[in-house]
Amino acid sequence: MSGNPAFRGRLMFAVLTLVVLAGTAWYVAADFQRARAERNAPTQVEVAEDVLDGPHVLFRGTAPGDLYGRVAAVALDDLSGPREVTPVVCDRVSGQGSTTVCLRTRRGVVTTYEAEVLDEAWRTTATWPLPGVPSRTRLSPDGLVATTAFVTGHSYSQTGFSTETTVRDVDGTEVSGNLEDFTLLVDGERVAPVDRNVWGVTFVDDRNFYATVRSQSLGHTWLVRGDLTERTLVTVLDGVECPSLSPDGTRLAFKRDVAENGSATPHWTPAVLDLGTLEITVLDAEQRTVDDQLTWLDDATLLYGLPRADEPGTTDVWSLPADGTGTPAVAIPQAWSPSVVG
Amino acid sequence: MSGLVRAAPEGTGPTASTTGDRPSTRPSTRSGTRPSTRSGDARRRAGRVPSTVVTLGVVSFLTDVSSEAVMAVLPLYVTAALGMSVIAYGVVDGLVQGAGALVRVAGGWAADRTDRPKWVAAVGYGLSALTRVGLLFAAGLPAIASLVVADRIGKGIRTAPRDALIAAAANPRNLGRSFGVHRALDTAGATLGPLLAFAVLWAIPDGWTTIFVISLGAAVLGVGALVLLVPDLRPRRAAWLRTHRTREDRGLPKCKGCTCDAAGGLETTGRPFSWSFLRGGATVRLLVVAGVLGLLTVGDGFIYLSLQDRDGFATHWFPLLYVGTNATYMLLATPIGRLADRVGRGRILVWGHTLLAAAYVCAAVPFPGAVTTVAALVLLGTFYAMTDGVLAALTSALVPTAVRATAIGTAQTVTAVTRMAASAGFGVLWYTFGSVDALWFAAAALAIAVPVCAYLIRGGRLEQDAEAVEQVPA
Repeated sequence: MSGNPAFRGRLMFAVLTLVVLAGTAWYVAADFQRARAERNAPTQVEVAEDVLDGPHVLFRGTAPGDLYGRVAAVALDDLSGPREVTPVVCDRVSGQGSTTVCLRTRRGVVTTYEAEVLDEAWRTTATWPLPGVPSRTRLSPDGLVATTAFVTGHSYSQTGFSTETTVRDVDGTEVSGNLEDFTLLVDGERVAPVDRNVWGVTFVDDRNFYATVRSQSLGHTWLVRGDLTERTLVTVLDGVECPSLSPDGTRLAFKRDVAENGSATPHWTPAVLDLGTLEITVLDAEQRTVDDQLTWLDDATLLYGLPRADEPGTTDVWSLPADGTGTPAVAIPQAWSPSVVG
Repeated sequence: MSGLVRAAPEGTGPTASTTGDRPSTRPSTRSGTRPSTRSGDARRRAGRVPSTVVTLGVVSFLTDVSSEAVMAVLPLYVTAALGMSVIAYGVVDGLVQGAGALVRVAGGWAADRTDRPKWVAAVGYGLSALTRVGLLFAAGLPAIASLVVADRIGKGIRTAPRDALIAAAANPRNLGRSFGVHRALDTAGATLGPLLAFAVLWAIPDGWTTIFVISLGAAVLGVGALVLLVPDLRPRRAAWLRTHRTREDRGLPKCKGCTCDAAGGLETTGRPFSWSFLRGGATVRLLVVAGVLGLLTVGDGFIYLSLQDRDGFATHWFPLLYVGTNATYMLLATPIGRLADRVGRGRILVWGHTLLAAAYVCAAVPFPGAVTTVAALVLLGTFYAMTDGVLAALTSALVPTAVRATAIGTAQTVTAVTRMAASAGFGVLWYTFGSVDALWFAAAALAIAVPVCAYLIRGGRLEQDAEAVEQVPA
């Protein structure tokens, strides 16, 4: 302990290293124990059987415990009732008849992402890799699968985000390729903004769909009508994000950014667009920001997921009347990514 | 007196190594020096990378582990834990990149003005470490977005002073190698961070806080290593002492025992900072070359995307493509830095861009599969090894010490801003002509620009010796 400043510096660094390593190791060990205990604890939900045989809502269960992340279903006429839990773990899920599409993060030192198509016995019938974090998926009655993944950079040097949205056949063969490559027509004119991104597909039939196209540089978030045969995206309206077509095909539910100009982060409020009159009903009874592709429970009710403020990782599926007459209420507790399977 | 002593710390500092290294045109008048042994020592020392450079490499390693671990999982955190999409998170990003580039010049300028690069860098590293503390308590997207902004401002502040410290600590003859060693350690951290973070998530599925704690630990150690282990180099003062050898030069009384030590307005700081370095022919030439080549350097993101567009191999391994690039960069940074010292840094910088063109070609050719994908990644990594550290080394050697950090910051900003412009412009091509044609176009443009730039810097026009500039006292 002489007056040598270099020696003193080294000694202090050694002490600092020991303190930091010990502290970090202690935290990691404690958190690992906690996570293991939580994962092995039985999930506290009421479980039922035969739910999948009738009309039901499929979703990702987010109740903590050993069933966390498993796809589950509740009966359509008893949303808050007991759930049947499947063996499959998904981030996003969409069902149609006996077929289910599942987007998933495969964790590991090498974390990869994939889409999977499953049959009624939860066997994999098709699978393909995704380039990033799964975001949205829709399965159409005609057997088309739309998936959106976020292609995010791993380093400082990459600017912004990018989405990859594709449409495939239910057997995994490509139908559209990346929808960004479709011709974008704004008021009939072809434009090609550099930073366009496409996401949130909702199918009309086996050829047409609605989706969102955003260009940061042009400052627009368009609702577009897509055509898989012509390979075009035609803009319909500005300021419409993540559309979802009602079962009767007359309205689109979407999220609308109502944040003030210059706000760094958006505030999304659910809204409904009448496709006949292009009239918009903003459902501002919901005051929280909703970042989900809304789902129609029936022609009058919307479903969407919201995170619980005080319980990270746990979410609830909320319902809201589509005509703006009511207030939001929890429809399916501890659930995410609802999909109505008739 | 103590100030003068501190300027030459323990024989590894700049004054000692560069003093011994210089040809003995100006015999040292300091008592007790034996010229023959000194130059022998210096030659041996020249073969080693100074410990300060290695320490700065470790600082960057720890800081990169810290930041990249968080950046890699942030999109997942936002979606999985906060239940939101990444769109909102991407909004702030472009803005931040621009701000970060400007802060870089400011950080360099502050380092030059104060002649305290270590402490300016410490502010930058410290700010980033503070954002890790914030992350532990941040709830919601706005908070996280602001922390990301603060982190990048911290990165902007620290980069140029840190590089100026490397330049000050390194032997001018193997600057390229010193920067190579630093960049290798830096890249190792950037590679390890994400892998570590994903390993944590593998073991603890909701281990976000654990990742943030590890990240904070690494950041604290990085700042600690900088503050406690890196000497407080004063590049400008050291340069002044180098060019003012005699006691008369330094304005000191003739006899050593005199009490009037600091009298006579002793000015040991040398030439003050001045933006006039931007008028120097060689500096302008370098900035022009860096700008032109930067305009043809599109983001790696585009290369990764086109590889992924083309084949399933790249899609499956998409999250790992950066590891291939980084591993190559890491392995080659030091040997290429050494090569640059030998054959000319400007030449390496310019010709490195042919590898970038080759990477574009690999991503464009219609032969999908592992071979072209891996080749593209290796070429990209080699390109970074030939350009990033080399640019800093080249700039350091080109300008006077008094403006070094600012010049490094300026050169890096020129590169960063032109690359951003390149990505934007390339995006237009990408959507107008498709990814393949756009890549061919960029490769062709580079094939023309590289020889032109090589002509601009022909005959060692960028190898001007900064020491020569400083021979004449101001």
